[in-house]
Amino acid sequence: MLKSLKTINETKAPEISIAKAAFPEPFITGLEYNAPARGTWNIVHTGMLIPESHQIFICAQGCLRGVILTAAEMNAMDRMSWVSICENDFLDASLEDDIVNGTTEILNKMETLPPVVLVFLSCVHLFACCDFAITLKELEKRFPTVDFIESYMTPTMRKSGLTPDALMRKQLYSPLKPVPKNSKSINIIGNDRPTDQSGRLITMIKKSSFVIKDITNCKSYKAFLNMAESAVNITYLPTTYAAGEELERRLGQRHLHIPLSYSYHEITENFKRLSVELDMKIPDFSEDIRKAEKALEAAHTEIGNLPITIDYTATPRPISLARLLTEHSFRVEKIYSEAFVATEEEDFIWLKEHAPNILLASTVHPEKRFLKKEIPERKVLAIGQKAAYFNNTPYFVNIVSGGGLYGFSGIIRLAEMMIEASLKPKKTKELISYKGLGCESCL
Amino acid sequence: MKHSARIIPIYAADTSGVCSALYELGGMTVVHDASGCNSTYTTHDEPRWYDIDSMVYISALTETEAIMGDDAKLVSDITETASKLSPKFIALCGAPVAMMIGTDYQALAIEIEENTGIPSFCIQTNGMHSYLKGASEAFEAIINRFCKEDNMPQKKDSVNILGATPLDFSVNGSIKSIKQWLYTEGFSTVSCMGMGSSLEDIKNAAGASVNLVISYSGLSAAKLLKKRFGTPYVTGVPFGQKFAGVLADKLRTASKNKENLFPSSERFTNGSNLSIVGESIYSGSLARAIELEYGKTARVLCPLETSTELQAESDGEIPDEESAEKELALASGIIADPLYKPICPNDVPFYRLPHEAFSGRCYRSEIPNMIKESLKATVFRDI
Repeated sequence: MLKSLKTINETKAPEISIAKAAFPEPFITGLEYNAPARGTWNIVHTGMLIPESHQIFICAQGCLRGVILTAAEMNAMDRMSWVSICENDFLDASLEDDIVNGTTEILNKMETLPPVVLVFLSCVHLFACCDFAITLKELEKRFPTVDFIESYMTPTMRKSGLTPDALMRKQLYSPLKPVPKNSKSINIIGNDRPTDQSGRLITMIKKSSFVIKDITNCKSYKAFLNMAESAVNITYLPTTYAAGEELERRLGQRHLHIPLSYSYHEITENFKRLSVELDMKIPDFSEDIRKAEKALEAAHTEIGNLPITIDYTATPRPISLARLLTEHSFRVEKIYSEAFVATEEEDFIWLKEHAPNILLASTVHPEKRFLKKEIPERKVLAIGQKAAYFNNTPYFVNIVSGGGLYGFSGIIRLAEMMIEASLKPKKTKELISYKGLGCESCL
Repeated sequence: MKHSARIIPIYAADTSGVCSALYELGGMTVVHDASGCNSTYTTHDEPRWYDIDSMVYISALTETEAIMGDDAKLVSDITETASKLSPKFIALCGAPVAMMIGTDYQALAIEIEENTGIPSFCIQTNGMHSYLKGASEAFEAIINRFCKEDNMPQKKDSVNILGATPLDFSVNGSIKSIKQWLYTEGFSTVSCMGMGSSLEDIKNAAGASVNLVISYSGLSAAKLLKKRFGTPYVTGVPFGQKFAGVLADKLRTASKNKENLFPSSERFTNGSNLSIVGESIYSGSLARAIELEYGKTARVLCPLETSTELQAESDGEIPDEESAEKELALASGIIADPLYKPICPNDVPFYRLPHEAFSGRCYRSEIPNMIKESLKATVFRDI
């Protein structure tokens, strides 16, 4: 019999069985460790998606260092500038002036003005009640040909409202302006990487003569701005939802959120909603399901009883994925995540009942610094970089944020990737050290 | 506020300096910060992070905790973690928001020590200064807390190496080579603070007859050891065969005469248009090594904290991109981190010398070990 999740308390331990775990945050947070798996994108990577854009970060040296070197490793220092803050800036009430003057100085040094500049403020600006709006207004006056994007690097706010990642994806589209709508144009919003072009999501939309626009495919700033003409915005990652809502409110683009899922039922329902929204005939998904079943069966034949671990960097729905794999007789042993999105609750409850021994593991707990070495040498298949690191395994599926996979075809591709990963060891230390999986790197 | 840059990066911050200096000593270093300091340090500033375990954590400060001034949570989290992991000491430092809310690190360290019984101290960082400041203060704190006070006899021809962190020396074998060089010159190494020594080694630092300061981050520690134990110090890194020989002689002289010597800044500077950009002792030593090996003078352009005794007459300071660009425009040759290249004149020879504290891991594999080796044979053939 299922127990109410509300009665279960969070734990101070670094790991806990799902049977005893609280939802959505199983762990009590304290000091935090940082595991050396760098594949997830940060706000710099995401900001660079806007073609021809330039980024200016205004913050303290310690905060600047990481974002600047993110750009350096991307070989993109020509698109990155900074203004550093020191103690005096808080004492002489010059924060706003410093933003305007620092940004002006940088832009005046550039041979050609970029069409768009992302101006990033930091936690200290928020705590000092800096008036960001007035600074941007002044910058727009000084540089009328430049679009300025109000951007934030505010990790202190990561548990207050929108996460910095979600906020970044929301702000990313702020230069889009109201234009007449093209009913045959559709956007996929907020993703870091293109959605699998051969998957059902893309093919069924294209088959109905819609044009799909995606920032990941935009080659120019003008092409990016043309995303404003689309009638519908599709989002499917949790961090992109706010962007879709904001664009609906501001530009009148209808927002269709069809969450990434590994549940046949949820996927089918999502595609049905998409069909209704776009006035398309609802397809028969039985063949898609048959193919997904076949792919999972093939994967299970190869992988068998090999322990599988999954982490939250690989997919925002690790619980949904764990349920799919458990339902298909895979041996899911551990799931690494500090928290889960609300849409995971139903699958969380299911796993409590049907796979109560699955362990949930923190990735930041201080003891995690040392647990890595305690793991006996054995073959483990990891899905995600952090799972690979903590299990010290070369057998891992190297994806972040769902890997651009979606729907039944996404499941099929993931099953194929699991087979590949289980057969061919990877250079874990090297691969997980690259920042922003898929981005250019000088390393 | 003038400190801005169009295209060059920024040096590692004070918090990274603290973590780097204390990394190998078996303590627990906690940065009072939300998130960024930890990932930046462990990704870009700490090449040992993947392979060598160390207890470096952040407090994961949130908006609510900052507004409410919830120091109790920080103390409780540190106390609880320390009780499980038993570090040899607890060091506390912080980032900008912690400074803004007026965190009293000293009081917190006292409370933590009372709770845990583990030696605890703080380093006053705020993420707004360079790694040199953070590392300097961390080394000082370790000496103050752990170096024995009793009358330890100083062993003849024995040395503490001060100022070693991967931020200046990477992990390319340079520190091991310095120790080897000292050995071949007849010195024994008492401790190498920051890399390759334990807390136990450092406790015996008073037993050295002379201190070798290999970066600015070791200078204040050297001054402290001089003040407390009378130990003289010598600044320099034994780059190149000839300067290594000079430096060894200076160590002997300093040890014998109990005087501080600065061979890294004893340079002829007239007419030097070859510019070396970097930390003052490292770059000054390289300039001196070039002078001795190539017969050419070089000036140091220092973008970081330094002091007058570490500078030769024609050396300059370049605290920001604008001043760096102006000075580099005057150079006939430039030795600098590759990420300085975009602000260097195109028609001037540029010699790549990556600096971990500047470009992080971007060019780590290119950072040369120049200790006691002929520079002509190993690094700069055609200066």
